[in-house]
Amino acid sequence: MKVGVLALQGAFREHREVLDALGVDAVEVRTPEHLGGADALILPGGESTTVSRLLDTSGLRAPLAVALADGLPAFGTCAGLILLAREVLDGRPDQVPLAAVDLAARRNAYGRQVDSFEAPLAVRALSGGPFPGVFIRAPAIVSLGPHVEVLAEHDGEPVLAREGAVWVSTFHPELAGDLRLHERFLQELT
Amino acid sequence: MWGMSEPRATGTARVKRGLAEMLRGGVIMDVVTPEQAKIAEDAGAAAVMALERVPADIRRDGGVARMSDPSMIEGIQAAVTIPVMAKCRIGHFAEAQVLEALGVDYVDESEVLTPADEAYHIDKWAFTVPFVCGATNLGEALRRIAEGACMIRSKGEAGTGNIVEAVRHLRSILGDIKRLTVAPPEERFGWAKELRAPVELVQEVAERGELPVPMFCAGGIATPADASLVMQMGAQAVFVGSGIFKSELPEVMAKAIVEATTHYADPSIIAKVSRGLGAAMPGAEIAGLDVKLAERGW
Repeated sequence: MKVGVLALQGAFREHREVLDALGVDAVEVRTPEHLGGADALILPGGESTTVSRLLDTSGLRAPLAVALADGLPAFGTCAGLILLAREVLDGRPDQVPLAAVDLAARRNAYGRQVDSFEAPLAVRALSGGPFPGVFIRAPAIVSLGPHVEVLAEHDGEPVLAREGAVWVSTFHPELAGDLRLHERFLQELT
Repeated sequence: MWGMSEPRATGTARVKRGLAEMLRGGVIMDVVTPEQAKIAEDAGAAAVMALERVPADIRRDGGVARMSDPSMIEGIQAAVTIPVMAKCRIGHFAEAQVLEALGVDYVDESEVLTPADEAYHIDKWAFTVPFVCGATNLGEALRRIAEGACMIRSKGEAGTGNIVEAVRHLRSILGDIKRLTVAPPEERFGWAKELRAPVELVQEVAERGELPVPMFCAGGIATPADASLVMQMGAQAVFVGSGIFKSELPEVMAKAIVEATTHYADPSIIAKVSRGLGAAMPGAEIAGLDVKLAERGW
């Protein structure tokens, strides 16, 4: 199994390190050629406007959209969630999301960096106690389609969800120092 | 916004360093107006640095360079959705407090402005907002981290469009890190003394083989190939100050440097984006400078 990590901009290195720790073969994806052969793709945190632009200049947007439509399993964290969403609020007008998961996301929903925070999360489908949630200029999930399953909430709002093979979190599991969420996502690929 | 019913911790080292990690592989651009900030965001900047004058103009004008007018910073905050950073003078914790109150996303305690304290940098642990600081060598980087900096940028020589100092500083920091990783453990105490840095941080660097916080590069980046050079050397993102808005075609240059930073290891892409950029900013020889900004800070 080979897992791609979208490496246009952002915290792709941290995801790679988690995959390395789990003994999973990881490949950094910067061009359409890198995408071929990946059994799943992680879309890391970063600046969604930057990554969205680089999806166009790198030629990755079209092949990635096709792969997702064909059922490529994906996990988008923070900016990755924004890229995978159906709709983006408070984004740029030219920011076209990939619409791989039926939800609307609001960018920077918690405010500025001084409002970034950590909070323990009760994650359904994870045993072993709360998962450390790291929220950095985090987006919020503001509406969900009927086939989206919520896996964790904070203050009553969804922060981790999945629709089929596509997982999204508003927080950063790659900064948590806890491998369980990546492990759980990968479990279904084997 | 949703009622703070569940516990949350703000200003932790993890969220402060975390934003720096989110900026990896990105370009942070100096902007002096909301219009420039929009151009930077349109081009794919990962963040902008709001300031009144780019370093090349600060250098030209002379006099005391201070924190920017809050209304100017607010104008830029209102214009873009990406993180906004701003500079305060070295040691000027009151300016830093103002920037935190304005809600800037990162404070740059910067040698580009005129230092306010000749002995002490700001106690950055006292703030919720994270700080970036410049460094010319490993000891300086570790002293800043000990004071609470969550991101280090190699200083280079701002406002010159000359990459030579950035290269010197990166080679110094990364070379010492490499030497430290192969030094016998008993020599780490000597290293700490030599570097004038806490031994715990020296131990951490020796074991990890890198700084405990992200290291970016600043000072003199003026072309896509400059960005590729410093990224290949080991910088994790780049600050471009005068290099964009002092070039002939800022929008084109901004986009090209963004692409070059992502695809830094692919020369065919660097070649592609380096075409038709117009004139880069006019450069300056380091030997001809009256003031070397990199020498500020200790």
